[in-house]
Amino acid sequence: MIEIENVRKSFGALEVLKGIDLTVQNGEVLTVIGGSGSGKSTLLTCINGLEPINAGTIRVDGTEVHAKSTDINKLRQKIGIVFQQWNAFPHLTVKENVMLAPRKVLKQSRAEAEAMAVRQLEHVGLGDKLDVYPTRLSGGQQQRMAIARALAMSPRYMLFDEVTSALDPQLVGEVLDTLRMLASEGMTMICVTHEMKFAREVSDRVAFFHQGVMAEIAPPDELFGSPRDPNLQQFLAATH
Amino acid sequence: MFNYTFQWKQVYARLPEMLEGALVTMQIAVLSMVIGIVLAVMLTLFRLSGNRILGGVAQAWVEVARNTPALFQIYMAHFGVASFGIHFSPWTSLLIGITFNNAGYLAENFRGALKAIPDTQARSGRSLGMSELQAFRHIVLPQMLRIAFLPMSNQMVWAVLMTSLGVTVGMNTDLYGVTQDLNALTFRTFELFFVAGVIFYAIVKLIQLATRLIAWRMFRY
Repeated sequence: MIEIENVRKSFGALEVLKGIDLTVQNGEVLTVIGGSGSGKSTLLTCINGLEPINAGTIRVDGTEVHAKSTDINKLRQKIGIVFQQWNAFPHLTVKENVMLAPRKVLKQSRAEAEAMAVRQLEHVGLGDKLDVYPTRLSGGQQQRMAIARALAMSPRYMLFDEVTSALDPQLVGEVLDTLRMLASEGMTMICVTHEMKFAREVSDRVAFFHQGVMAEIAPPDELFGSPRDPNLQQFLAATH
Repeated sequence: MFNYTFQWKQVYARLPEMLEGALVTMQIAVLSMVIGIVLAVMLTLFRLSGNRILGGVAQAWVEVARNTPALFQIYMAHFGVASFGIHFSPWTSLLIGITFNNAGYLAENFRGALKAIPDTQARSGRSLGMSELQAFRHIVLPQMLRIAFLPMSNQMVWAVLMTSLGVTVGMNTDLYGVTQDLNALTFRTFELFFVAGVIFYAIVKLIQLATRLIAWRMFRY
């Protein structure tokens, strides 16, 4: 369970999160929508402790993310994150990209890590690309590799930060299919996205962020069908 | 000048000694590079650490190594420290001087290489649960060494050429030192130093060839 309580976050004088309260249950798929600068991506990087917060608490399975006593490297093993820019490690092959963290962080043997890497890469449809270097892959393939890399750590939660935003339109589908597959397997996910159709299909709940505030949260039918917040109405009118 | 009679035979007889000297030259150059790279990585970590003392040490090292003559650095490693009662052999002093110089230049090369690696690379590693040091060691460092590879091969060439400064601290087993001693013995100045020059040239060409082979073998991405 991810519990977010009254979280505030500023970059300098700019407050990007103005008191967020949100609980994500295990097995839930939550998508977060909203305009640029609404704070939705920042929330994800706060959840896995890549960004400090100014006030409030975030707990993952009861462990406070930003507490000094928390072993953040250990906690991050539970929380996979995939970014808009996939950040393939260019000096490693696709398989080695996926094996690196299990080898060095989980101290798995080479054989163990390799078996896991092959399984995860086959899972995302890259079983035939194991030994090529990432620069030889398309954007969509690199993004799927990044997903496999995160999954190889056997995380309990997956955070997706606009993972299709940097892709050519014809490559968006293959990455969304991968996310759909994970959702159907029961992975707990928070997806920040601009893909409204996708949000509508896979989500248990959809949250709308506006200027650092979570303006509305509801099951997709309700949120898209009868939005109450005027900013959400405007946002949906502009994106449809 | 045309009264001079070339006597290559005498030099030819001394060639084995000179080649033995060339081996010592290579040995010092290789050692000074290996230790220099390790030290340069350490200086790079110092600079990244955000610690003011460590950062200051690294900065001072780079400044002195780059902005003073290599001859000064080798001199200090021999006669300089001798003033404090520390006595190194010429071999050791030469190695220390060149290593110091290598580390300073390489640290600066590494700094430039780091700028070419996006922060998001280390960040990705951290998000997978790696510690700061693990992310540096496994993600940033290999890319840094690859970007800095050609400047590193340049420094290797410099290291070979810098060994010739060893004669100033009494070094007489390296290529230049051996040549100098033979010159004092035979006075075949032109022939001896000409041959020494050819050997230096050949060593450098060999390094450039090796560099290409290594790059071709190692960097497949």
